[in-house]
Amino acid sequence: MSNFKIILDISKTFLLSRIKQSGIAALGVTFGIGTFVILVSFMTGLNGLLDGLILNRTPHIHIYNEVKRSEVQPIDLVSRFRNGLNVVHSVKPKKNQIRIHNALPLIEALKSDERVKGVTPQVSAKVFYLSGSTELNGLVNGINIENEIRLFNFDDYIVKGSPQDLLKNKNGILLGAGVAAKMLLSVGDRVQVSTVSGGVVPLKIVGIFQSGLADLDNIQSYVNLKMAQQLIGENTNYISDINVKLWDMENAVSMAAAISKQHDLTALDVKTANAQFETGTAIRNLITYAVSITLLIVAGFGIYNILNMFIYEKMNDIAILKATGFSGLDVKLIFISQALIIGVLGGLLGLALGFGISVLISHAPFETEALPTIKTYPVNFEPAFYVIGMVFAIASTFLAGYLPARKAEHIDPVEIIRGQ
Amino acid sequence: MSAVLQAKNIDKFFTNPVLFQVLKNISFSIEEGEFVSIMGKSGCGKSTLLYILSTMDTDYKGELFLGGERLTGKSGKELARFRNEKIGFVFQFHYLLSEFTVLKNVMLPALKLARKSEKEIKRDALEKLSILGIEDQAYKKASMISGGQKQRVAIARALINDPAIIMGDEPTGNLDSKNSDNVFNIFKDLSVNNKLSLLVVTHDLDFAKKTDRIIEMGDGEIIANQCFA
Repeated sequence: MSNFKIILDISKTFLLSRIKQSGIAALGVTFGIGTFVILVSFMTGLNGLLDGLILNRTPHIHIYNEVKRSEVQPIDLVSRFRNGLNVVHSVKPKKNQIRIHNALPLIEALKSDERVKGVTPQVSAKVFYLSGSTELNGLVNGINIENEIRLFNFDDYIVKGSPQDLLKNKNGILLGAGVAAKMLLSVGDRVQVSTVSGGVVPLKIVGIFQSGLADLDNIQSYVNLKMAQQLIGENTNYISDINVKLWDMENAVSMAAAISKQHDLTALDVKTANAQFETGTAIRNLITYAVSITLLIVAGFGIYNILNMFIYEKMNDIAILKATGFSGLDVKLIFISQALIIGVLGGLLGLALGFGISVLISHAPFETEALPTIKTYPVNFEPAFYVIGMVFAIASTFLAGYLPARKAEHIDPVEIIRGQ
Repeated sequence: MSAVLQAKNIDKFFTNPVLFQVLKNISFSIEEGEFVSIMGKSGCGKSTLLYILSTMDTDYKGELFLGGERLTGKSGKELARFRNEKIGFVFQFHYLLSEFTVLKNVMLPALKLARKSEKEIKRDALEKLSILGIEDQAYKKASMISGGQKQRVAIARALINDPAIIMGDEPTGNLDSKNSDNVFNIFKDLSVNNKLSLLVVTHDLDFAKKTDRIIEMGDGEIIANQCFA
């Protein structure tokens, strides 16, 4: 379309003749888009961090044996009393083993399921940490450290030492930060652990573990799976918990229900465990988009106003263009292209502004007890946001330019020329 | 000689504020190379007629032919194209695009027509400006030159696409006698040497008397159609 060049040329001249107003209109878009990019990058960065905090660390399905009361009392089985009102006092929970029955075949079965990313067994053991004559309550978890790192980013919470050292040292322990602080212990030291059955086992500290939750860090420590089984005097079949990570978190609910039913175990899915969490993410996203769209609408009104004013100023020029053979469509395109030039320039500048400030934010120090490995604010540099921002900029300026441009299209040159 | 412009039984009504017939059964034609002026008192409908003839006003009854082509009933886009190619305009007020250079103002209709390359158009535009004696103003902004010069730029613009006819609405109405004579001489020259048809609405009797023919209007009708040549 050879016409296009001349139309662009005219709109460029018009824009340059009102460089201040055009600049202000473009700045409106710049701030709108810039704020959108900053907000959405920062918000989703934060969401990602919180997701990571909860979801990466939490197994998608946690399988264990829960102590619960019997659903069915013997009297319910007797048909004679079925229509009566049966009252049973002092119902106690059923005696149940903590271990998962037939855990190893169950793990193999889960591993062969294609929805499953990984399975890792755990053994928890109640212990006392001995420091001189003081005994501190403790809970030692036997883990497979390689799996934990691969599936649950376990290494993010090791503040000192190296989690891999646990592999090399079968008597190694990753001690909770709270315990270590109380007992003045550090990496390389030894800690005496006494089991419930009375035995005392010396363990070598290979790392310090900090989850950010003080209650947990004061009690919890991690050892090799085998060591935990030894501590409670059980053989290698003894597994108390199985943690499953799936490829797609959405499958967790249905899979948990199936496992629970099939194996008569408690299977807790991540959604049930963290129901409040998703609500928070959704609301933060909603706020981000609401604020951004509001900003863009405001910028759009600015463009609408300025183009409207342009058109009143340019009535004569529009009449001349029409008299010398430019059609209504040409005139409309002149004004729409002005709006789009404002939108594209303002939008690109906005993306640059958004990116610049996002970089600044991502370098601002952000230190918190809860997240030992995070040193700066989390920012999500997702290219899609920049694409969305540009699409927003172009769409909103097009809409803001379309109405005034349509008005210009229908201006009657005769009326203007006669009106002089 | 063939008719360049032909109007047949043109009626025009204004409906606002009350129904009023501005033009009553106007019929006439203009030959190739003819220089015609339309005269009449204010409000007699001569400008209204000019806008109908120029194809900018399409709300009329009757028929309009230009270069043998029937223009009545064509779409706005077709008419814009037609205006661009076949009709040159010169108005009382100079009507240049003030933010563009003189040269660009002259070039725009040709760039829109896109019959020639930009280079050729530029050469043509400079040539037209030099015919009108203002090639030295070519790179000035249109808002920076004098009234007489502006009118000559407008004429150069009207000529750029080698139109079939040039129409003027009081083209000298805003000029002093010296510039007015100047414009007349340019028009006369175009009519005689380039066989260009001209149709000019004017109040200036001295100007009109020098043209080939005067169409005199009164109350929406042609009351006299005299030849001088």
